[in-house]
Amino acid sequence: MAAESILTVRNMKVSFDTPDGTVEAVKGIDLDVKSGETLAIVGESGSGKSQTMMGIMGLLAKNGRATGSASYRGKELIGLPMKELNTVRGAKITMIFQEPMTSLDPLYTIGRQIAEPIVYHRGGSFAEAKARALELLELVGIPEPARRINSYPHELSGGQRQRVMIAMALANEPDILIADEPTTALDVTIQAQILDLLKSLQQKFGMAVVLITHDLGIVRHFASRVAVMRRGEVVETGATADIFERPQADYTRMLLAAEPSGRKASPPDNAPIILEGRNVCVDYRTGGGLFKSASGTFRAVDDITLRLKQGQTIGIVGESGSGKSTLGRALLKLLPASGHIRFEKTDISDFGRSAMRPLRQEMQLVFQDPYGSLSPRQTVGEIITEGLYVHEPQLSRAERDRRAVEALKEVGLDPAARNRYPHEFSGGQRQRIAIARAMILKPKVVILDEPTSALDRSVQGQVIDLLRGLQKSHDLSYIFISHDLSVIKAMSDYVIVMKNGKIVEEGETDAIFDAPKQAYTQTLMNAAFTA
Amino acid sequence: MFSFVLRRLASAVPTLFIVVTISFFLMRFAPGGPFNLERPLPPQTMANLMRTYQLDQPLWRQYVTYITNAVTGDFGPSYIYKDNTVAELIAKGLPYSLELGFYALLLALIGGVLAGTIAALRQNSVLDFAIMSVSTIGVTVPNFVVGPVLTLVFAIILAWLPAGSWGDGSLRFLILPMIALALPQLAVFARLTRGSMIEALHTDHIRTARAYGLPARTVVITHAMRAAMLPVVSYLAPCAAALLTGSAVIETIFTIPGVGRYFVLGAINRDYTLVMGTVVLVAIFVIVFNLLVDIIYGLLDPRVRHD
Repeated sequence: MAAESILTVRNMKVSFDTPDGTVEAVKGIDLDVKSGETLAIVGESGSGKSQTMMGIMGLLAKNGRATGSASYRGKELIGLPMKELNTVRGAKITMIFQEPMTSLDPLYTIGRQIAEPIVYHRGGSFAEAKARALELLELVGIPEPARRINSYPHELSGGQRQRVMIAMALANEPDILIADEPTTALDVTIQAQILDLLKSLQQKFGMAVVLITHDLGIVRHFASRVAVMRRGEVVETGATADIFERPQADYTRMLLAAEPSGRKASPPDNAPIILEGRNVCVDYRTGGGLFKSASGTFRAVDDITLRLKQGQTIGIVGESGSGKSTLGRALLKLLPASGHIRFEKTDISDFGRSAMRPLRQEMQLVFQDPYGSLSPRQTVGEIITEGLYVHEPQLSRAERDRRAVEALKEVGLDPAARNRYPHEFSGGQRQRIAIARAMILKPKVVILDEPTSALDRSVQGQVIDLLRGLQKSHDLSYIFISHDLSVIKAMSDYVIVMKNGKIVEEGETDAIFDAPKQAYTQTLMNAAFTA
Repeated sequence: MFSFVLRRLASAVPTLFIVVTISFFLMRFAPGGPFNLERPLPPQTMANLMRTYQLDQPLWRQYVTYITNAVTGDFGPSYIYKDNTVAELIAKGLPYSLELGFYALLLALIGGVLAGTIAALRQNSVLDFAIMSVSTIGVTVPNFVVGPVLTLVFAIILAWLPAGSWGDGSLRFLILPMIALALPQLAVFARLTRGSMIEALHTDHIRTARAYGLPARTVVITHAMRAAMLPVVSYLAPCAAALLTGSAVIETIFTIPGVGRYFVLGAINRDYTLVMGTVVLVAIFVIVFNLLVDIIYGLLDPRVRHD
């Protein structure tokens, strides 16, 4: 492709002034965006891929500074006065963001928000701009656009909000659309729809797309060229096919190999059932207040039956709102549920808080968010030994400490970590701490609720290996909840697909992945593996 | 919206009832009474007075009488301001207090929001630091200090403004009491606005507005400001209550014939009916302001709009 470079980045640096000195997030990179192409910038968190684009768009945080050169059709953008930059951004170069839930102003209708940049860049009245906004909403596939144009962001789903952002981005027919992780916060099926939409609109408008992402699956199907970034530097640039088939840099090879792989063997047929749920339902009351009665109930988990054998991993997969996390909590009696739940030989359906307490040691839970689930004011040692105070109060201080060391070693952390605080650790290390907190109690069942979703791919692989190793050495049983099919595939020997609180399909992992029977499962698979 | 207002007004009735009940008994359990003077009255006179005002009846009967009368708008006679009913006293004083309070609220709101916005836009600058220091002083220095100091400087030393009284009701007489009354609230508004404005400027949708090349003024006024006003609006109700109680001191210092004085005088003199009357007044005031705040909040934020 001999297209001209419309955005030329040369020796660009982005640095941030912090109390600990200046941190260079982008260390002098070169990039070219050619007209009409799709350039993917790939990298893990902290690679500087977003900050590069923020620097070009003048959107850095107050303590951030961009230097070097980034010229759009010969016009230098870095250091350009705000007034002049405002004639480019939102008109010639537009941007959509990772967070569709918060990127729109909650206080204005979507019609007004799409109209705003039209009015500012092209002049004219809001009424005229609204007419154009209506066309755009139709174009991005918002149902009933004439009604929706007066909706507020909170009345739309995440996918619809991202469509609104795309409408806003297209409003002034830009030359370049920067999409910063546009689908990361969305469910897989929605993800595929949004990417298809971007692709078709790109062809229609002939604009260049800069796609910032960590997801190699998306890159492979969407981008024509790829730039791989690591620690503020571009380690490799090239055509997509070349990068995937003949990666030059070690880091690129590592990224490609980090896709979770391997399959887990089923436990022996005669393995005892350790946790059983029969006809489990969870209802939530909706509405209600002092002078209003509850307006109804919402069934989050609808008649689910499952049997977890010793040494087995049941993967529960579903999109947000499918009830998969609620089911996990209901099985541990952390939520009121109807139906029967049996742990080993004990029927725990009617167990209250105090009756459950002795059993809690054997049934542990690991959460998705490694940042929010560890108390920032406790040392790692305090965090992981807390359960011991409840379940094994007879332990001496030295004995507890020995257990903490053992647990940390088991999850691959330096035992010295127990005197430090969570904020000193990376996301992957924090998830290891959370796992150590569960493992120290020597549980039989662990419910893992999206334990890898907040982590980079390469770290994800390590955590999966760790979980598989622990399972083998302690004969653990897992319920593994995730929206990520490739992780589910690598972890589980049995899969349950959930939608709207119900089981859509279930079976051995191979059967589900190789020959899904239900249309919904097929849609999920297509969305996840062919993007 | 209409049914929302009705429901809120309906729920105000039990609230008022509880407030009246608690204050009635609290007041009665406080030692002393309206006719306990420094030099005790002769027993016969005392007994006559008690009978006249029905204070010799059992407490529960007095309570029932009070509630039934109050429902019809009869709050009884004042024990201290003889020949005046409580309703008359309040009706006479309220217009003065309302006018003073309204100006003070306006000054506090506009001044506070402006100062807070400027501080937020110039975060960590000398100007920000100056505004926040002054507002700390505004919050910490009590108005019985601010009032006399203002009088000393502007009325006595500079002689620009009158030192007190309502005068002919012109703005000249109102300026000093208005400033003294508004200052602590202005400071609170400034701090609130600064905090919520800084937060609003860091939200994702402000980044969106900037990314789309909207002029800085539009970004700040139409997007950040509206979001930042939400906590400020919430503070309007406690602020109105604070102004009302603050007026007790200010009206005394500046000799303004409003209702503020009755809070203090009524309580000190154990003027039961007068205290009850002012309690009901404040309670209604706070309830109405809370309702207003909820309505304004709904207009500003579609997510909490009342159907």
